[in-house]
Amino acid sequence: MRYIEPHGHMVSRTTDDYRDMVTAGCACVCEPAFWAGYDRSSVHGFYDYFCQLTDYEPKRAAKFGLPHYCWLCINPKESEDVGLAKDVIGIIPQFLDRPNVLGIGEIGLNKNSRNEMQVLEMHVDLAANHNQLILVHTPHLEDKLKGTRLILDVLKSDSRIQPERVIIDHVEEHTAQLVLDRGHWAGMTLYPESKCTGARAIDIFERFGSERLWMNSACDWGVSVPLAVPHAALEMRKRQWTAEKIDSVIYGNPIRFMSQTPKFKSPA
Amino acid sequence: MKRTDLLDLYFMENRAKLIDLAAFMDRVDRAEGDADFRYAAFKEALKELGRGDSERAKHVLLSLSDPTTEPIPAAPGKGAIGAWKT
Repeated sequence: MRYIEPHGHMVSRTTDDYRDMVTAGCACVCEPAFWAGYDRSSVHGFYDYFCQLTDYEPKRAAKFGLPHYCWLCINPKESEDVGLAKDVIGIIPQFLDRPNVLGIGEIGLNKNSRNEMQVLEMHVDLAANHNQLILVHTPHLEDKLKGTRLILDVLKSDSRIQPERVIIDHVEEHTAQLVLDRGHWAGMTLYPESKCTGARAIDIFERFGSERLWMNSACDWGVSVPLAVPHAALEMRKRQWTAEKIDSVIYGNPIRFMSQTPKFKSPA
Repeated sequence: MKRTDLLDLYFMENRAKLIDLAAFMDRVDRAEGDADFRYAAFKEALKELGRGDSERAKHVLLSLSDPTTEPIPAAPGKGAIGAWKT
């Protein structure tokens, strides 16, 4: 089995996780910028984080033979401070030419506030100005439906945005169709306690089609499982999916989306 | 997959979840304390399981979701609770 982990916060994980992922067939990992679990106090903290994502972490992954890509932004959880967000968005362009940067993400909303909306629009403008792919985080639990709708409207209102160059992550049964109907890609996050289980993700594939859907573990410093994608692949086998079909969604689909930027090199 | 195949695969797992759900509700009902909006929302969402279509998961999620459409003035914090408090 081979697969791509298209959403993993590897700076929060141990080298044992890298070893286990590669052993399970992971061919490359992609890391969106994330909240650290606490608010960074200044733009300098983000500068250091972006250096970590574009320099140190790819080297750590390379020790396990694993290509590492990343996405840059100030995460929605830190978007309530619009002044800080402006400063952070201001330093992102100097990192966009780095070889492992795939685009802007994971941007989006957390509590669906006005300030979060303003910062989302700033990120979308940044991506459009620099012709970047976009990876979007949708809010958690009771906030997801409303946040997804607001995000879709922001994206639709910017005529420079090509829907197929945007992936909207963490969809569930009540938001998948909304996202796919707008022409975007959709991501499903496999978490033990929230978002999707493997069985539900497979249900969503079977109901909505696998053309523009991917799965990820979104493993981070919280309750999450770095091997959630290969675990879901095992579930697919139990559900009588063919090896070719499994490969097409856990390996082929992330490649199809991310190959829209020439920076992404398909694993050999 | 055929219905029997799916039941072979998932019945025991979901039988256990069903009993866990019942035990959780028994536990909450036995406990003392004030009413809580989360439990009320939970019981409301349970009604969606009685639907006759195959849209139960979607409607449980909708039942627990914020139904409003306008951005809020300011984020009250970072976390989500899992049920909408009116």
